[in-house]
Amino acid sequence: MRDNLKQKRDWILLGIILLIAILLLSIFPDRKGPVINTLWDYFIEMMLILPAVMIILGLFAVWVSKETVVKYLGKTSGLKGIILAIILGALPTGPLYIAFPIAVTLLKKGAKISNIVIFLSSWACIKIPQEMVELQFLGPKFMLLRLSLTIIFVIIMAVIIEKIIEWSDEGMFFIY
Amino acid sequence: MNITAVTINVIAVTGLLIAFSKDKDKAIKSLKIAGKSFVGMLPMVFVIIIIIGLLLGFVSATQISRFVGEQSGMVGILLVGTVGAVLHIPALLSFPLAASLLEKGASVSAIAAFITTLTMIGTITLPLEIKELGRKMALLRNGISFVIAILIALIMGAIL
Repeated sequence: MRDNLKQKRDWILLGIILLIAILLLSIFPDRKGPVINTLWDYFIEMMLILPAVMIILGLFAVWVSKETVVKYLGKTSGLKGIILAIILGALPTGPLYIAFPIAVTLLKKGAKISNIVIFLSSWACIKIPQEMVELQFLGPKFMLLRLSLTIIFVIIMAVIIEKIIEWSDEGMFFIY
Repeated sequence: MNITAVTINVIAVTGLLIAFSKDKDKAIKSLKIAGKSFVGMLPMVFVIIIIIGLLLGFVSATQISRFVGEQSGMVGILLVGTVGAVLHIPALLSFPLAASLLEKGASVSAIAAFITTLTMIGTITLPLEIKELGRKMALLRNGISFVIAILIALIMGAIL
């Protein structure tokens, strides 16, 4: 239902953008050449990878279940926990809002807060299909540098958030 | 066709072949999911491509670099980072958009800030994140994410 609504909205948006484009190009016909060339180049580049990326996404969505993620992430800690949180988050298994309930289950099972933050952040921004498209459009240097920096900073952030939450929870304990 | 595109397609086909040899029903189910997500994404793909076309055809490099180029400095990076945090477009489609801006004179830092805040921070999903994980954790994660996105952007600008 929600997806249907979003679909409709996207098609309407496309209609509006298309109208603007046609209007602009009829006012400035000399721009037609470069605009259509760019459109075509980017369209081809997208179509070369998008179907394959979607297939990889579909395969993971069916083969790696929520239960698998919870099973592996629920009890590991230390460096192994961090690496697992990154990998399980990076697997192409769906949009971010699916990850929240998984994170809640993990919290209840006693997983470390830092690992859950890493898992969520990895899910949001280290997704394998995203990295593939980034590689295609922005090149290996850009993609690898951003990926390594993201991993380093996400781990630092996770530790900070864990400390803050533990510290404020202790504070609560003394207040009440 | 470049190496990246070939590699991704080879991985997809190999994965599909393994999937079909292991469990035909599950393989068909994943193909259905793939098809559905592909069709679902199509309108936004066209929207982004048209925006890129208009951007490259009508906006000059000097105009783009004034807002998001080297000389826009920290203000430009913060601005683009904020736009990325608020905007809700599929992450997959942010990369061609970023590439077109880069081609037109945007700085590496600005582009990195845009992609990183766009993927890491979800203003649309924030209410849900607060509901499920609590205000403290959700706000901390999104807030600190913005700071680290800017840091990542600055370091990338310095290196590349």
